[in-house]
Amino acid sequence: MSPLLQVEGVTKRYGARIGCEGVGFDLWPGEVMGIVGESGSGKSTLLGCLAGHLTPDTGRILYDAGAGSGAQDVTAMPEAARRRLLRTDWAFVHQNPRDGLRMNVSAGGNVGERLMAVGARNYGAIRARAGDWLGRVEIDGARMDDRPSAFSGGMQQRLQIARNLVSGPRLVFMDEPTGGLDVSVQARLLDLLRGLVRDMGLSAVIVTHDLAVVRLLADRLMVMKSGRVVETGLTDQVLDDPQHPYSQLLVSSVLQV
Amino acid sequence: MTDGMQDYNFAYLDEETKRMIRRALLKALAIPGYQVPFASREMPMPYGWGTGGVQVTAACLVPEDRLKVIDQGADDTTNAVSIRGFFARTAGVATTERTAEATLIQTRHRIPETPLREGQILVYQVPIPEPLRFLEPRETETRRMHALEDYGLMHVKLYEDIARHGAISTSYAYPVKVAGRYVMDPSPIPKFDNPKLESPAIQLFGAGREQRIYAVPPYTRVVSLDFEDHPFEASKPDHPCALCGATDSYLDEVITDDTGARMFVCSDTDYCAGRRAEGAA
Repeated sequence: MSPLLQVEGVTKRYGARIGCEGVGFDLWPGEVMGIVGESGSGKSTLLGCLAGHLTPDTGRILYDAGAGSGAQDVTAMPEAARRRLLRTDWAFVHQNPRDGLRMNVSAGGNVGERLMAVGARNYGAIRARAGDWLGRVEIDGARMDDRPSAFSGGMQQRLQIARNLVSGPRLVFMDEPTGGLDVSVQARLLDLLRGLVRDMGLSAVIVTHDLAVVRLLADRLMVMKSGRVVETGLTDQVLDDPQHPYSQLLVSSVLQV
Repeated sequence: MTDGMQDYNFAYLDEETKRMIRRALLKALAIPGYQVPFASREMPMPYGWGTGGVQVTAACLVPEDRLKVIDQGADDTTNAVSIRGFFARTAGVATTERTAEATLIQTRHRIPETPLREGQILVYQVPIPEPLRFLEPRETETRRMHALEDYGLMHVKLYEDIARHGAISTSYAYPVKVAGRYVMDPSPIPKFDNPKLESPAIQLFGAGREQRIYAVPPYTRVVSLDFEDHPFEASKPDHPCALCGATDSYLDEVITDDTGARMFVCSDTDYCAGRRAEGAA
């Protein structure tokens, strides 16, 4: 078995300031990697570079699309190929569902968009798959023709997840998927995500500042501070026995109820 | 101002401008359906009245041409009469209302019912050339979508139509794919006219305000977008023409009094008049 994603020395600067510097890791098929750190630590910059939204200044991001094609450098890919990757093999769940959804298109249309983008042309079949996915993210099928603007925040986030997973991606990037949701909705969403990730054998990179999220979802953890990775390891290992002073601070900052 | 030929260059525009527009036209013909930017000029008419079409017509006209201008199929409406008069004065070309006699036809929102033939040029006035505009407002993004053939969004719109109305409710400016590559807005012609886009004539599209020219060369494949289980349908009002009895032409609904009485008549006045002259109905 070879890694799905190999990240080598990714650096992104904003002028003189550092976005993220010298980040490298391997992501294996079926593995969930968590990236934690405080605001401004470069988590989102790193995720943007990985997902192809930003172009890193240096470094390589190798993705193995399977089918014996070998690992390809995503940063050097032609844009057409990268787009194809983004709407088939990859998925990106935004923190704010409004960034990832088309708010003036019905829920069914939102879920069907990726299917139509890769050439699905049978209305009935598209609708059936959209309905199936709405069910999997616990949205009532009767709301299929409603616009996301009529949905609650938690439903919008679940819809965004359905829209991303409908094409059967192998790699999902999530940027604070539970941010902005209240705790009970968060818990249900996490439950749902955990089920989907395990059932579909997804690999995922999850950026969050919420340690509970990574505790539940992530196999491995990367702690970032000031654009650099300060500690990596198995999630439980890092959270239960943090070595770096910043990780210790992070873990001890969590409120105990 | 009695003799326009003394006051204006042939067909109003100066030769350099016509040359620039012809270059854009050649490029547009070489890449069917691709929107070619051009340096649209101020014309002596407001935007929305056919400034793009007039510039394309001006660049194509030669003294031997016979010009026909229609507006929603009619030869006798303000827009058509003005533009026909404009070129009669500035170019001194012959004009006609007969589709078959014309060598160059400028049209607003219709394709004539009489089949076009080789050697004819059909010039469309286009308000918004970008078929993706109402789905994606950013020009940078729509250009990239065209470049990468990323047209999934167009089907999302059709999907929404069916989800909301039970059928594809887009009835004009119905998107088409030209030569298997570019998705194109055929200007706001009724979708009844879409099958006529595959034609022996040259079809040129000019958008003055948006500064774009695009074209469909003769005998180019033009496919209206649809779903397998909701195929494209070239629809029209289900009536015969009240004047000539034609059942195969696109009809306008005309309100005839205050009590809601109405009649359906051919939108193509030349076609209707021709049929009546032949003694139909």
